[in-house]
Amino acid sequence: MTGYVIRRLGQAVLILFGISLVTFVLLYLVPADPARQIAGRSATAETVENIRNQLGLNLPFYEQYWRYLQALLRGDLGRSYLQKTEVSALIASRLPASLLLMAGAIACELAIGLAMGMLAAVRRGSFLDNSLMIAAFVGVSAPQFVIGILLLYVFAVQLGWFPIGGYGTFHHLVLPSLTLGLLGSGWYARMMRSSMLDVLRQDYIRTAHAKGLRGRKVLFRHALPNAILPIIAMIGIDIGMFMSGIVVVESVFGWPGIGQLAWQAIQRIDIPIIMGVTLVSACAIVLGNLLADLVAPLIDPRIKLR
Amino acid sequence: MSAIIAPDAGAGPRRPVRAASVLQRLLRRPPAVFGLLVIVLTVLAAVFAPLVTPYDPGEQFFEGLTLEGAPLPPNGQFLFGTDLLGRDLLSRLVYGAQTSLVIGVVANGVAVLIGALVGITAGYFRGLVGAVLMRFTDLMMSFPALLLAIVLAAIFKPSLWIVAMVIAMVNWVQVARVLYTETRSLAEREFIQAERSLGAGPGLILWRHVLPHLLSTIVVWATLGISTTVLLEATLSFLGIGVQPPTPSWGNIIFENQTYFASAPWLVFIPGAAIILLALAFNFVGDALRDILDPTQQGRGN
Repeated sequence: MTGYVIRRLGQAVLILFGISLVTFVLLYLVPADPARQIAGRSATAETVENIRNQLGLNLPFYEQYWRYLQALLRGDLGRSYLQKTEVSALIASRLPASLLLMAGAIACELAIGLAMGMLAAVRRGSFLDNSLMIAAFVGVSAPQFVIGILLLYVFAVQLGWFPIGGYGTFHHLVLPSLTLGLLGSGWYARMMRSSMLDVLRQDYIRTAHAKGLRGRKVLFRHALPNAILPIIAMIGIDIGMFMSGIVVVESVFGWPGIGQLAWQAIQRIDIPIIMGVTLVSACAIVLGNLLADLVAPLIDPRIKLR
Repeated sequence: MSAIIAPDAGAGPRRPVRAASVLQRLLRRPPAVFGLLVIVLTVLAAVFAPLVTPYDPGEQFFEGLTLEGAPLPPNGQFLFGTDLLGRDLLSRLVYGAQTSLVIGVVANGVAVLIGALVGITAGYFRGLVGAVLMRFTDLMMSFPALLLAIVLAAIFKPSLWIVAMVIAMVNWVQVARVLYTETRSLAEREFIQAERSLGAGPGLILWRHVLPHLLSTIVVWATLGISTTVLLEATLSFLGIGVQPPTPSWGNIIFENQTYFASAPWLVFIPGAAIILLALAFNFVGDALRDILDPTQQGRGN
C-alpha cells in the first residue's frame, strides 16, 4: 500500500512536470507580446525592450523554462503581467469560492443521481425507469451554459427565488451548483441503476426477503450500502469534469472563482495566470484520481492495488 | 457505412457483425430510432439549407425588429422569431447545423484517427514506444480539457477548421485509452500469435486481423464522440472563441444574444434545444450501438 502510494505520487509529479512543459510550450507560441502589453501602446521601443529583458523574454526557450521551473519549486508561480500581483495570491484568494461551488455540485449530483438511479432500479423496466434513464441522457447531453441560463431564466428572472448571479449567501450557491452538478448526476443515475441491479440480483438479498424482512428494509439496510459505495469511490474522478465546467459556470453566474480568473486571464493573454490555474487544476485532477484509486480497495476488499 | 462495420469475413473467432443486421437491431430500440431520425433530419436540413430556409441567414430585416428595435418573438412570418439584428432565427439555425455537423464529423474523425493510431501502436508494439505514448496519453488525461481547448482556441485565430482541430487535440485521449487496452489483449490471443509465427509482418496483422476486431469499438466511439464534439464546439462558440460570426453556429447564436435572455428567451432556448437534441441523438445511437456491437464492453454508467 505505502509502496503503491509512493509510486503513484512519483508518477503524479512526472505528470505535473509534463503538464507544465506542455502549457509552457503552448504559451511560448502565443503571438502576443507580453512586454508590449505591460508597457502600454504609447511606450517607446526602448521601454518595451527593457521590460522584455527584465522578464527574461529574450532568453532562449529552454532557459526561460528552466527559470520557471526553479521558481515553481520554490512555490513561486510568478506575477500576473497585468495585475502586478503574485499569481499564487490571486489563486489562493479565488480558490475557496471554486471549492465551495464544487462541494455544492457534488451534493447536487449525488442527491439527484443516486435517487434517480435507485428509483429506476427498483422499478426496473417500468415507464418510470425508462423516463428516468432518458432524463439522465438529457442531463449528459445538455451544455452547461444552456442549463445555467435556463435555471437563471426560470428560477431567478421568472420566479425570483434566487439571485441572478454573484456570490455570498447560500441562495447564491444553489443555481451554480445545480448547473455544475447536473452533468454528473446523469452519469451517477446510470451507474447507480446498474450497481443497484447487480446487488439486488445477489443471494443475500434473496435470503433477506426469504427470512421475511419487509421490502423497504431490505432495500435501504441491505442493498443500498453495497450499491452506493463503489459509486462514492468515484467522486475523485469528477474533479476533472468540474475543472472544465467551472470556467463556463462561473462565467454564466459571475462566480468569483478560479474558473473566472482563468477565463479573464485567457482573454487578456495574461500568461502567468493561465499557467498557474492550469497547474493547480491538473494537481487537483491528479489528486482526485489518486484518491479514487486509493478509496476503492478500502470499500471493496476484492480490488487489489498493483 | 456497410464497409466500415463489416470486417473481413473469417478474420477471427468472433462472428463479424453485418451492417444490415446492426441497423435492424437499432431500429428495434425506440431511443435509437429517435436519435437516427434527429440525425437524418439535421443532415438533410444542413445539406439542403438554401432550399429549406425561408430567408438568407445574414439578411437583416427592417420588419424583423419592433419599432423600438427589439427582436421579434416567434410569429407567422418568422417561425422562430428574429435575433438582435433582425435576422431570421430559423434560417440561422439551419445554417448553424452545417457548422455543428461539419465540426462534429471532422473534429471527431481526426480525434478517432489520432486515438486509434496512438492506442493501437502502443498496444501492439508496447516496449519503449508504447510506454512513451501511453504516458503522454495519461498526461493529456490530467489536463482540464476545456481549459486546454480554450487556451488553444485563444492562441490560434479561431476559424471553422481551427476549432475542429482544437477539439480533435483534446478529444483523442479516451479513444486511445480504450483501443490500447483492447489491442493489448488482442495481441496476446492465439490467432494473432499464430499469424506471427507464420511470418506475417506487423502491418498485415494489424490491418487484416487486429483492426477488424476493433471496428465495433471504433464505430461506437466515433458516434458517442460526435456528441461530445458538438457540445464542445457550442461551448467554445458560446465563450466567443469558437466559430466566429457572421458564420452562424448554435453556440455563437447564444453568445451573441445571451445578454438579452430575460427579454428574448427564444434566442437562447431554441438554439439551446437544438444543441441538446443533436447531442442526445448521437448519445442514443452510440449507446445502442455499444449494446448491440459489443455486449461485453461496458461504458461508464452501464
